[in-house]
Amino acid sequence: MGEITELENIAQKIRKKTFLMIFHAGSGHIAPSFSSVELLVALYFKILKIDKNNYRDNDRNRFILSKGHASAALYAILAEKGIIDENILNTFCQRGSILGGHPEAHSIPGIEVSTGSLGHGLSFGTGMALAGKLDKKDYRVFVLLSDGECQEGTVWEAAMFASHHKLDNLIAIIDHNKLQSLGQIDNIVSLKPFADKWESFGWGVREVNGHNISEIIDALEGVPFSKNRPSVLIAHTTKGKGISFMENAPIWHYRMPNEDELKIVLDELDIDESELGK
Amino acid sequence: MRNAYLEALYDLAKNNRQIMSLNADIGAIVFDKFKADFPDQFINFGVAEPNMISAAAGMASCGKIPFTYTIMPFITMRTYEQIRNDVCLQKMNVKIVGVGAGLVYSTLGPTHHAIEDIAIMKVLPNMTILSPADPLEAKKATFAAAQIEGPVYLRLGTSKEPTVYQHDYDFTIGQGVKLKDGKDATIIATGSIIHDALQAVEELEKEKISVRLVNIHTIKPIDKEIILHAAGETKAILTLEEHNVEGGFGSSVAEVILEGNCPPVKFKRLGINDCFCSFYGTHQELKSHYGIAKEDIIREVINLYRQKGN
Repeated sequence: MGEITELENIAQKIRKKTFLMIFHAGSGHIAPSFSSVELLVALYFKILKIDKNNYRDNDRNRFILSKGHASAALYAILAEKGIIDENILNTFCQRGSILGGHPEAHSIPGIEVSTGSLGHGLSFGTGMALAGKLDKKDYRVFVLLSDGECQEGTVWEAAMFASHHKLDNLIAIIDHNKLQSLGQIDNIVSLKPFADKWESFGWGVREVNGHNISEIIDALEGVPFSKNRPSVLIAHTTKGKGISFMENAPIWHYRMPNEDELKIVLDELDIDESELGK
Repeated sequence: MRNAYLEALYDLAKNNRQIMSLNADIGAIVFDKFKADFPDQFINFGVAEPNMISAAAGMASCGKIPFTYTIMPFITMRTYEQIRNDVCLQKMNVKIVGVGAGLVYSTLGPTHHAIEDIAIMKVLPNMTILSPADPLEAKKATFAAAQIEGPVYLRLGTSKEPTVYQHDYDFTIGQGVKLKDGKDATIIATGSIIHDALQAVEELEKEKISVRLVNIHTIKPIDKEIILHAAGETKAILTLEEHNVEGGFGSSVAEVILEGNCPPVKFKRLGINDCFCSFYGTHQELKSHYGIAKEDIIREVINLYRQKGN
């Protein structure tokens, strides 16, 4: 089996686990998690080189899930990597669990930064990248943002600062699914021209299909995209990717399927009904 | 206080390369020596305070000890959620240093006054709040802030604050300082306004009213013991702050007394009476206009003293 096929299989497994966690909890962000799955798989299984033995090393690469509402997918990844115990996934969002609707750094192994409020992660990552430069370390800092998040002014404060300081060890990855909580970004507050905005802020820009693992890996293995510049990977994605009726449907930002919808999910994610009770 | 802070920061930076001075485009000239001698430990973030605070948290997560600095409303309010989520929630070793406590930037107007900062900073879990009274204490507070591994808010004046401490003393976080003993009433105060209180106490002595003066340089965690002793022993407490009385320092003192099973105490908070301060003039003129000058302190102490049945 080829490496990419293997990673695609992992992505499918992550979708399944993510759904089961959220369904079991009765709350969580299914669609926003699903648009990030391939990005997370490429990062954790190829790019970051983080594993259960080195995730606390000073020289590790850093990853920040600035779109903290995709926490369930990240927990599934951390379990798959053996950094957190697989058995705690089914405690997601339940009494006494360490796994909340947004990730918390102090309680969950492998989580670098507590997120949940949008517009913090890139600035936080900028500080990490700057510290790395000052200390002459080789680590890189990867920050996964949502596209709606780019309406926050702090994203652009960080963007200006990072390019001014030539932080070529900082990589922003944008899950560009074109939707925000209440609808199409273009109909709410448009980000266009998106790539040009980043370019004009002094970033090296690349765009990929955010569900094509091999494209994502090719791009991220080529950072920095421009010499002496921070890099931004605009990943074109589909919100709710993998569940037909959730794809590109804003209403599924934060919602649970009913009985009929559930049948479709089980079929499309290849979940056996017996797994729901776990 | 600003220069005292910078002197302390200079010493800290010299001895520890992890100390970083982060700044949001404020303090022309005064940072020159620091910048010249430690160029790698000074960063001007420009006029972008929220980014400075989150980035400081990121730097702290990698072992740096950032002292972030700008004018008080901008470093506390513009950045409030960054301080909450990135610094306090994650217990990052970031120091939030505000310059311009209370009405000290008198002529710059209400946008530059700091009369709400104590209220909003004290409700943040994991935060330590230091509020020095004079330059000597500002220097000690800066060194103390560096000693703590975790978030600290340092509430500074600006320049030329009069001396409160004539002699050296031990500064311990969380321990108030009894500047003067007295038996008839106690003034419990914080910040540079303590100097006005000292003058008031001297005049009250002439009226044969013996007033204790307590300086609370650590607003959080507050020294309950020194407050409860004062309440129990003098039975009249005037709190004094250059800050809105709503939810401010006096409220913290009141909470300590109410929960402290004290005998009945006469109590009054003196501070800015829940208004924005659009009156212009010198710092002292504003304090007089808004009722927190020496004469107001004297009047309120006499009122409390009389209420006790004297």
